[in-house]
Amino acid sequence: MAECHPVGFQWVMEAKARGAKVIHIDPRFTRTSAVSDLHVPIRAGSDIVFLGAIANYILSNGKEFRDYVVNYTNASVIVGDDFQDTEDLDGLFSGWDEQGCRYDPQSWQYKGTEVPASAGNREVKGASGGETHGAHGGKLSTEEPPETDPTLEDPRCVFQILKRHFSRYTPEMVQEMCGISRELFLEVAQALVENSGRERTSAFCYAVGWTQHTVGVQYIRTAAIIQLLLGNIGRPGGGIMALRGHASIQGSTDIPTLYDLLPGYIPMPHGEKYSLEDFIKENQANSGFWYYMPDYLISLLKAYWGKAATKDNDFCFDYLPRITGDHSTYQSIMGMIDGWVKGFFVIGENPAVGSGNSKLNRKALTHLDWLVVRDFVEIETAAFWYNSPEVQDGQIKSEDIGTEVFFLPAAAHTEKDGSFTNTQRLLQWHHKALEPKGDARSDLWFYYRLGEIIRQKLKDSTDPKDRAIKELAWEYPKEGLHGDPSAEAILREINGYDAEGKTLSSYTELKDDGSTTCGCWIYSGCFGNDENKPAKRVPGRDQNWVASDWGWAWPANRRILYNRASADPEGKPWSARKAYVWWDEQKSEWSGYDEADFGKTTPPSYRPKEGTKGAEAISGTEPFIMQADGRGWLFVPNGLRDGPLPTHYEPQASPFDNSLYSQQANPVRQVFYRKGNKYNPTFGEEGQGAFPFVMTTYRLTEHHTAGGMSRFLPYLSELQPSFFCEISPELAQLRGIKNGDWATIISMNASIEARVLVTDRLAPLKIQGKDLHQVGLPYHWGTEGLSKGDSANDLFALALDPNVHIQEVKAATCDIRPGRRDKGKALWNLINNKDNSVANDSIEDK
Amino acid sequence: MKLTTSDPSKVAGWNTNQPRMGFFTDTSICIGCKACEVACKEWNQVPEDGLNFLGSSYDNTGSLSANSWRHVAFIEQKTQSQKQLSDGIKDSGVRWLMSSDVCKHCTSAACLEVCPTGALFRTEFGTVVVQSDVCNGCGYCVSACPFGVIDQRRGDGRVWKCTLCYDRLKGGLEPACAKACPTKSIQFGELDDLRVAARKRLEVLEASGETKAQLYGDDEKDGVGGFGAFFLLLDEPQVYGLPPDPISATNDISSEWKSAGKAALALLGSILLTVGIKK
Repeated sequence: MAECHPVGFQWVMEAKARGAKVIHIDPRFTRTSAVSDLHVPIRAGSDIVFLGAIANYILSNGKEFRDYVVNYTNASVIVGDDFQDTEDLDGLFSGWDEQGCRYDPQSWQYKGTEVPASAGNREVKGASGGETHGAHGGKLSTEEPPETDPTLEDPRCVFQILKRHFSRYTPEMVQEMCGISRELFLEVAQALVENSGRERTSAFCYAVGWTQHTVGVQYIRTAAIIQLLLGNIGRPGGGIMALRGHASIQGSTDIPTLYDLLPGYIPMPHGEKYSLEDFIKENQANSGFWYYMPDYLISLLKAYWGKAATKDNDFCFDYLPRITGDHSTYQSIMGMIDGWVKGFFVIGENPAVGSGNSKLNRKALTHLDWLVVRDFVEIETAAFWYNSPEVQDGQIKSEDIGTEVFFLPAAAHTEKDGSFTNTQRLLQWHHKALEPKGDARSDLWFYYRLGEIIRQKLKDSTDPKDRAIKELAWEYPKEGLHGDPSAEAILREINGYDAEGKTLSSYTELKDDGSTTCGCWIYSGCFGNDENKPAKRVPGRDQNWVASDWGWAWPANRRILYNRASADPEGKPWSARKAYVWWDEQKSEWSGYDEADFGKTTPPSYRPKEGTKGAEAISGTEPFIMQADGRGWLFVPNGLRDGPLPTHYEPQASPFDNSLYSQQANPVRQVFYRKGNKYNPTFGEEGQGAFPFVMTTYRLTEHHTAGGMSRFLPYLSELQPSFFCEISPELAQLRGIKNGDWATIISMNASIEARVLVTDRLAPLKIQGKDLHQVGLPYHWGTEGLSKGDSANDLFALALDPNVHIQEVKAATCDIRPGRRDKGKALWNLINNKDNSVANDSIEDK
Repeated sequence: MKLTTSDPSKVAGWNTNQPRMGFFTDTSICIGCKACEVACKEWNQVPEDGLNFLGSSYDNTGSLSANSWRHVAFIEQKTQSQKQLSDGIKDSGVRWLMSSDVCKHCTSAACLEVCPTGALFRTEFGTVVVQSDVCNGCGYCVSACPFGVIDQRRGDGRVWKCTLCYDRLKGGLEPACAKACPTKSIQFGELDDLRVAARKRLEVLEASGETKAQLYGDDEKDGVGGFGAFFLLLDEPQVYGLPPDPISATNDISSEWKSAGKAALALLGSILLTVGIKK
């Protein structure tokens, strides 16, 4: 966190100064480790063993926060009789479809409930699947509360299933699989448990070191299980913080750049003939706040199509694009090569460097008809046609590339108004300080103008498919030298307004009759009373410690989600020290330091009557109001593609056997056996010994992601002027590599060269009794800019997490050799012959 | 002449109520982000210092120079007390020290004292600043500095170093590096206050078992009369590449002048004597 989020890390340092214990778990000893109380080096790709063992430590020692677990999680819920765990099936859950390489989640359901009948039909072959995936907490098909055992003794209750599931995740297993000693593991587990409970809370912070795996989502799920067991969710000082890679990645998920979501986590509809009524039927929950999904959706449709959206035409629901398959990044990249993706907009990204298998990404660009790149500088993704490594090496000639490249200079955040949404869902406004220079324009200007031009071109079209564009509500006041659409006017539209045009103060005011307009329901209230609340900057010293008047947090300016959990079932704080929101008997409402994330006047004693819906169907003791059952899900019956509980699987390429199950890797991971995407042999496969080391990628403080904002600046480039790899003195000696020299890192997919930093900070580990060396690779470099170098992402063949399609670039295997890589034909031969040479290369296997 | 006053601006003739200002760099909370290096260069328009990979931990700046007025040192150490854990597994056994170095703005500043043109001067804040429009590039100050801080810029000839953001101070702002530091490792303020804060911080660290933690440059009795920009280090100064006992090159100048005077008198006497003999 100090390494990649130094500004945010100031708060960790402040907490440390006040006595907080900081534990850092990372394969390498980083700038974070340097100031932490404890650094725990771990084998990249083994975190579920580590986290699962913490869950096991809690469960087998009775260290869970019992009152919290019984009342606020689904620990007591009885799971259907058909469910079989990975313990029963040696690494698979029940419902495994060997032919389709996927799970049917029917058997994972709570007892007496069923998956909505249509779910099976909703699966589109080869697609990301039904809308419930990734969109929001799954729905429960019955309106009855599920069967429970509050004593947590029933062998079919979630608590007991969880206990059995993690029972072999022991300190000894951690030692064998993660390379972490029993003592060190226990030190962490004890510290976490001791710092949780009524009086204390602990937080997890993570970044893409956890997500970029074929089991990435399940990493986070394991942390969620630990935090729920310890009562660290919905309480001050608790939580799981996703540290984002850019300033507004959270914002780009809320108002998404993701193909399968609409703003506010409403699923994107699939299929062609599919009415608004069908969509609502399938995605509306009976209980909890997803019951109001029609209000959110119809208000959004009104924001898109304004007056054209009426009750008679389903509020233009038909105009929404439909998912017809997996349209995620990597499918699109392969679609370019396969010829069905012809054009590509690249905004604030640099896939030629930053995406997994960047080499394949560069190849894809050469197949396009046209490419638009908007950035500050001519990044690798814009310059690929004349200066990519492949062009430099003579593998491809510029004149053979037909892609028409449009490079458009973009305005910086200082040159435009707008907002950033950070990891804690906090919107902060930034004001334009100066006009952008030259041809640089804001994103708002670009998209607005593009819309205007397209609408102009379609103005006489009678083709029904063009109506979605022709009828868009596309009027915004303009301002500034270049006529930017007013960012505040857009924020106002996102906030929403009623039929009279008066701004709404909360999403609870939204309606499904077309009388309200709202661009993103979770942001509703950010512009209430026509006040730009993200622009609020009351200093911390002038308000209480929750600081509600600094920026604005969705939803409803709540700083901690599910904060009903900060009070006990009776509504009293768990402890005076951790008081946050509580039930005020006198006022008959929830009060506290923050806005309660609960029905303001719903008392703890409230119990829903039969047949009630929405918020009224959530009892006064159920804090997780977005879940259909109001409880935190230790066990996920619906919504995940790779199982209801996190399970350790080895990465796509691993030098080690999965000690826990016969099932080596995530059975539903996405893999692509195709040219330009060659996997290293994994454990048990012929030739694995040619790649005896584990490699992982990461960032450095001095550079920004794929380098577009740092490698072109002299003051940042000079601080880290070269692509380098980090290896231990032991590995350096083993391979005859010297500090400061060059080394070549090799996978089946590519061979790249880097300067060498030999350091004790990347200590060898002992895994399954064998020495393991890890190679550390910062991934910032490419062919352009002041600081140039090979791209670490070239080494990684694409293997993806099945839920969110994220690439596994945090753990794979490699070889490393002294000296610079071969160029031109020699390089070509090395890579192509690696197939043949691997079998003979086992001499390298230690 | 050895200064023992902490208010060198008074000695330099400033007649103001301005207290002496300085830096306290607490290296125990430095996270090595180098924001200080970048902020300094941005504000002071210091040129890029070469795109050289040094293979020296995460330090590619190397040292303070005419083109680097802040320098974050990265020192990787094997810890002494590496715990032996089960089955031959060891803990990291690594310590990584980071420290943002800067001009010390000495109480007794040799660079200033040897400067023949008056380009180097003592400001009303007690800091030492080069006036680039006066410097003639003679380089006397370069050899006089006991820390190797002040340096001639190649192709320019003049000397450059930290001004403690004299222009920002004049405008009531804190120096750029301190402003940019996310963890308050670099603290700017009245030197007297900083010294109190530093001693308190040292006590906390000592109580937590940091046995080698020490203040560097807060002693007015040291060879440069104490630093205007002093440090809290977690190890001996030489570990960070800092001289353990810096002495101002001009400390002995008065005694040297006395010796020279005696020699001159003796010479004069012998001349007179010779003349007398001639007579």
